[in-house]
Amino acid sequence: MKAAQVHTLRRRQARRHTLLLVGLFTAVLAMMAMRVLLGQYTVTIPDFFRILGGERIPGATFIVMQDKLPRALLGAAAGLAFGIAGALFRSVLRNPLASPDVLGINAGAAAGAVTAMYFLGAAGTGLAWAALAGGIAAACLIAAVSTSLGAGTGRSGIVGERFLLAGIGVAALAQAVVMGLMTRLSTQNAQTAAVWTAGSLNSSTWDRLTLVAAVLVLAVPLAVLVQRSLQPAGLGTELAVGLGSRPGVAQAGALGLGVALAAVATAATGPLAFVALLSTPIAAALHGGKISVLASGAVGALIVVAADMVGAEMLGEARLPAGVITGAIGAPVMLWLLVQLRRGKQS
Amino acid sequence: MIEPIFQTQGLSLGYGSRVAVTDVDLSIAPNQTTVLIGANGSGKSTLFKGLSRQLTARTGSIRFNGTELNSLRPKAYARQVALLPQAPVVPEGLTVLELVARGRHPHRRWWGAPSPGDDDAIARALSMTNLSGLAERPVDELSGGQRQRAWIALVLAQDTPTVLLDEPTAALDLAHQVELLDLLRGLRRPDGTRTTVVAVLHELNLAARVADRVIALKDGRVALAGTPSQVFTPEVLQDVFDLKADVIQDPTEGHPVILPRGRTESALVALPEDPLVGERS
Repeated sequence: MKAAQVHTLRRRQARRHTLLLVGLFTAVLAMMAMRVLLGQYTVTIPDFFRILGGERIPGATFIVMQDKLPRALLGAAAGLAFGIAGALFRSVLRNPLASPDVLGINAGAAAGAVTAMYFLGAAGTGLAWAALAGGIAAACLIAAVSTSLGAGTGRSGIVGERFLLAGIGVAALAQAVVMGLMTRLSTQNAQTAAVWTAGSLNSSTWDRLTLVAAVLVLAVPLAVLVQRSLQPAGLGTELAVGLGSRPGVAQAGALGLGVALAAVATAATGPLAFVALLSTPIAAALHGGKISVLASGAVGALIVVAADMVGAEMLGEARLPAGVITGAIGAPVMLWLLVQLRRGKQS
Repeated sequence: MIEPIFQTQGLSLGYGSRVAVTDVDLSIAPNQTTVLIGANGSGKSTLFKGLSRQLTARTGSIRFNGTELNSLRPKAYARQVALLPQAPVVPEGLTVLELVARGRHPHRRWWGAPSPGDDDAIARALSMTNLSGLAERPVDELSGGQRQRAWIALVLAQDTPTVLLDEPTAALDLAHQVELLDLLRGLRRPDGTRTTVVAVLHELNLAARVADRVIALKDGRVALAGTPSQVFTPEVLQDVFDLKADVIQDPTEGHPVILPRGRTESALVALPEDPLVGERS
């Protein structure tokens, strides 16, 4: 085989990835355009650009600038964050169920935010920090529990089903905290409750969008680098060391970044169920079974914006929050993944 | 006297409170095939973990080309020495080409920019392992023999003067074992010199056929090191493996051939308590 042939093959593989990303992000933009322009209140394209240009059209300007546009943008940003977080978790833990939402990172972040809201009256950026703390606390708790569960077997650490079980336990615990505090916060309106229990874009604001966008500007390039540095670790610890990599550092970095992304997105939209879980396998299926953080992020953005569109515009008077829609799609997919996982083990 | 590629002095290695390799002094020559043999739990794999920097020395030292192993940077070392462990993991959805390309990691910068020699090294590795026709095939669709060749190709793409192989033939049938070992014995660097190969092998007759030098380990110590005909004698086999065996000479290739006759009486009466039972060795 000639080097030139190898070069062509590798170029072709790289181009396939680029094309996939272009396609997916175009789809995200199209979905966002649908979200903004269509629905129960439609906006024409010329009007939309006039509103963006600063012209005040009575009614339309308010609906676009205060509701539809921030919703679409925040949905895409949060979906991107959840999707990337899911891909990072999946790359490290090599289990399709080991996504931040199943493991309770999202729920932990929500619990952190609700706790800070209830006891400290936190709001805005304060909530994001509280969510981050909650997400990190959940991650530490999972690591501690799965390590101590594994103590004595000689296979301690963040591996296998133990990690998953600990995560599911932590998720239940964090959800209980959210529920418990929500009943006491009953003076608040139901919309707030929907954000912290299921996840919703109903209270999308430019403040929240700025926060998530600022984090993404840093986190997206970092995630691409982290995924590259994870490549040797994906071959197993021993071979990774043989390749001169420090697999433990790369894996810890990937999980840390994943926790931060999931937590910040949760601070803005609540724990949108199963977005991280869904986006990675869908993106992998489109990419020949390989995990790509950017493709997974794009699929996440697509799912969240679409779920919000369906929940808010297409179910008539029901108006379900986006998190309920993603949960409804995600639960059967999670069961399907579980069945696949069992099959894979038996074969 | 040729400068040894690896030299250990008073080397001890272990896991937790358990010591698996004790006080080992050995040297491994460059441009040769050296095979480590020994019973299960004799410390072969542990010694390998020391050479590949998975474990750090408890006591003593490992020198690589005269330099203390610990003072070398991981990537610089990985450009000199490649390792094929026993059970590497196939990442999801990877093609042969992508898997082999991962061997280029130590030649890349920290942000993952491709290095200029990538395409050449990958093409060479694929040709040497006869995988050119399978380059675009997903790794999980390969047969056992093909997959093992793909791992070897990854190690070759790393383009190092020395390769360490931990039981490279473990899951293969006899024909594929012979094919693989012949490939390893004939490995040449791009400049024509022989690649230094250090391998752990279980199959003694294949070890005798492929090795220039054999190091026999017993209970975490070096029992004997020498040419195959020096090491594969009935006395040494009895001492190292508790194996009663006759040794004859291969009529065409001249290397020793072991004919096993049974386990030694003394071993049957009192099986020694093996501290490393269950540990892969």
